[in-house]
Amino acid sequence: MFERLTERLEQVFKRLRGYGKLKEHHIDEALRQIRVVLLEADVNFKVVKEFIAKVKEKSLGERVLESFTPTQQVVKIVRDELIELLGGEKSDLIFSSKAPSILMLVGLQGSGKTTTAGKLGKWLRKRNHSPLLVSTDVHRPAAQEQLKVVAEESGLPVFSDNSSSPLKVCFNSVKIAKREGYDVVVVDTAGRMHVNKELMDELSILKKEIQPTEVLFVADAMTGQDAVRSAKVFNESLDLTGIILTKLDGDARGGAALSIKSVTEKPIKFIGVGERYDDLEPFYPERIVSRILGMGDVLSLIEKAEAAIDRKEAQELEEKIRNESFTLEDFQSQLRHIGKMGPLSQILSLFPGSTKLKGMDLPDVNEADLKRIEAIINSMTREERLNHTIINGSRRKRIARGSGTSVQEVNRLLRQFAQTKRMIKQLNLISQGRRGIKLPLPFFNGN
Amino acid sequence: MKLQPQEDRKRFQRLRRGLLKTQQSLTLPLERLFKGKRAFQEAALEQLEEILIEADVGVATTREIIDSLQEKINKEPSLSGSALKEHVKDHILSLLQVGREAATQLPSDALQVVLVVGVNGSGKTTTIAKMAYQLKEEGKKALLCAADTFRAAAIEQLEIWAERVGVGVVKGKSGSDPAAVVFDAIRAAIARGMDFLIIDTAGRLHTKRNLMNELEKIRRIIGREVTGAPQEVLLVLDAMTGQNGISQAEEFLKFSGVTGVVLAKLDGTAKGGVAVAIARSFGLPIKYVGVGEGLDDLLEFSPPEFVEALFSSNEELISCPD
Ligand SMILES: Nc1nc2c(ncn2[C@@H]2O[C@H](COP(=O)(O)OP(=O)(O)OP(=O)(O)O)[C@@H](O)[C@H]2O)c(=O)[nH]1
Ligand SMILES: Nc1nc2c(ncn2[C@@H]2O[C@H](COP(=O)(O)OP(=O)(O)OP(=O)(O)O)[C@@H](O)[C@H]2O)c(=O)[nH]1
Ligand SMILES: [Mg+2]
Ligand SMILES: [Mg+2]
Repeated sequence: MFERLTERLEQVFKRLRGYGKLKEHHIDEALRQIRVVLLEADVNFKVVKEFIAKVKEKSLGERVLESFTPTQQVVKIVRDELIELLGGEKSDLIFSSKAPSILMLVGLQGSGKTTTAGKLGKWLRKRNHSPLLVSTDVHRPAAQEQLKVVAEESGLPVFSDNSSSPLKVCFNSVKIAKREGYDVVVVDTAGRMHVNKELMDELSILKKEIQPTEVLFVADAMTGQDAVRSAKVFNESLDLTGIILTKLDGDARGGAALSIKSVTEKPIKFIGVGERYDDLEPFYPERIVSRILGMGDVLSLIEKAEAAIDRKEAQELEEKIRNESFTLEDFQSQLRHIGKMGPLSQILSLFPGSTKLKGMDLPDVNEADLKRIEAIINSMTREERLNHTIINGSRRKRIARGSGTSVQEVNRLLRQFAQTKRMIKQLNLISQGRRGIKLPLPFFNGN
Repeated sequence: MKLQPQEDRKRFQRLRRGLLKTQQSLTLPLERLFKGKRAFQEAALEQLEEILIEADVGVATTREIIDSLQEKINKEPSLSGSALKEHVKDHILSLLQVGREAATQLPSDALQVVLVVGVNGSGKTTTIAKMAYQLKEEGKKALLCAADTFRAAAIEQLEIWAERVGVGVVKGKSGSDPAAVVFDAIRAAIARGMDFLIIDTAGRLHTKRNLMNELEKIRRIIGREVTGAPQEVLLVLDAMTGQNGISQAEEFLKFSGVTGVVLAKLDGTAKGGVAVAIARSFGLPIKYVGVGEGLDDLLEFSPPEFVEALFSSNEELISCPD
């Protein structure tokens, strides 16, 4: 239902190619489109307003570089500004020099605090910490029981005490941590509304008394315009140290990230991407920006791919993509990796514009298909593999015969390959000038 | 199912805050500004846009409301500010009215099955407790079904609520097949001559195909066991949800045949405006609103009150809670 920003801008700039400079009225129209995209992604109205003003200033008079279309140029400005706004770099957890470090999780009802306590605990233990989970939620029915189960399921120690106040529970848990050598105490708190003064005061007292190293605001990625209000009040009463954005495994565009970041100016440290305890990932601004703009989560894909391919190979590939010298041979080798990266549909959903891909002619690769594609490519001469443009009709017939497939199948493969190459070109343009951005593995037909 | 309206006094207290602010803020942009000239009108329209967008009504629905207002102004340039204000309110009310007329009472001798669905943490379990409480107050016999066998201590949570309310729960083992629990619960409800069976399901994101299929299966089993059931499938939506609420409604409607929306957590500062967009897109009525964590914090939805609250200012709410 959402149009990608690039598509909207293409409409705006359709007739404007070849202009030396972006003119004000072009920019205004483009900004209107950007505004709609951001609002639909749930970025707060006022945050959008400020942002648009800033982008306008930046875009005016900017020269259109030769290799850029105006769309690419504006997308790049918007993208860079958003990334900047979200903090540029990813930010790690802070630990106290004197154990135990105390991490306190706070937030509205149902945002995901208790589940996140388990995820953080697991994350910490993988990094050789020894965490203790603590529940101070005496409010929600079975809240302590829930944390106990969470701890059990994630193999972590837990402390709770139904009959004591949250403050007392915290003090006791710190004592236990010291005595038993836990170096991080993860404190789960009851969910509360920012308008509930009594409960907000309870939290700020708790914070003053236990002096946590981190006070993390756990927020639901599906939050709309109101994100600014709750985040602001939580930050004002608790001076947060960071944000965790949960439930990003759905299709929420996550504009709340921008809203919350801009009112609190605190780093987003993690994102939650599922209900299991491994579903916690570091936050990368680039990714959420692509998501907000509807440009797909290219970078997550790269990570997945990198886990499947060895580094050197990945580097070589990236080099080829940059030079656009990607050949059918590379294509073939990429296809072999697909199997290791998980189901194709999942991988594709991370791609820019993937919503548009649904009805398209995707190489829906299963084992059998892979074999056929390999057979086709194997039946080509090396010359053909290095330069697909020479593969004419009679060559296609020969290849089909040689691989035991049909000319249609050969055509289809070549078409997919050509589309992939086109996509590489587009991605190269968009990411030009941004260091550290790597490109995805091309094995599907782009747009 | 029909819940009795809350006691007047209590209801009034709950809504008082919002309504008090309404007089100031809605009057300001709409009435005062529309009194003026062209330039003021522009400003007023802009302000109206801001109010609606900030209430999560969404770009498309907001545009529709503003376009219609603009058309009205063009046709009848001399209309008073208050008449224009009424036009806007009526427009939103008409969007909210969808599906409400159709809410007919079903023959009361059949078991009424209420299936409660929604994304993670939206307020399903708590809403069920509140519904059970009201039914009990009305003298109806209600049974709960703990079909969230997935989330940690979800069963225990529902059990504690059931105990507080004084109703029974049918449960299975944690990790067991929810459809099997539903099946058992229906049999038990019929055997015990219950009026209502309310089924709690695990929170699930609407994008997870396998989990949505599971819901479809649960629905199928209910229909097989009781003709015409589930009579009510309630989508519990967190009031702070943004535009994602639209795809939530779309998917849950597709897989579980949602009949209405419960807007939970309306006691914060979020306005729940996405429910307007949902009503507009899918014809789904809002049936109840959750306004707190207590058993009596469930109100029947009132469109006029909701519209008033949409236009109420928030800034003061934060500084003067209750
Ligand atoms: N899909 C998904 N679900 C999540 C994620 N994080 C938490 N949840 C789910 O969200 C729901 C609420 O999570 P909880 O951990 O109970 O939330 P909480 O903030 O502790 O809730 P209160 O204590 O009531 O304020 C549960 O169903 C969790 O399984 C996530 O990243 N993705
Ligand atoms: N302030 C307020 N809190 C609410 C309301 N409804 C539910 N909550 C709180 O929201 C949190 C989540 O509620 P649940 O009923 O557990 O939500 P759920 O949808 O069953 O969650 P999952 O089963 O984990 O998907 C709890 O802390 C509830 O107390 C409401 O109307 N107002
Ligand atoms: Mg909790
Ligand atoms: Mg529940």
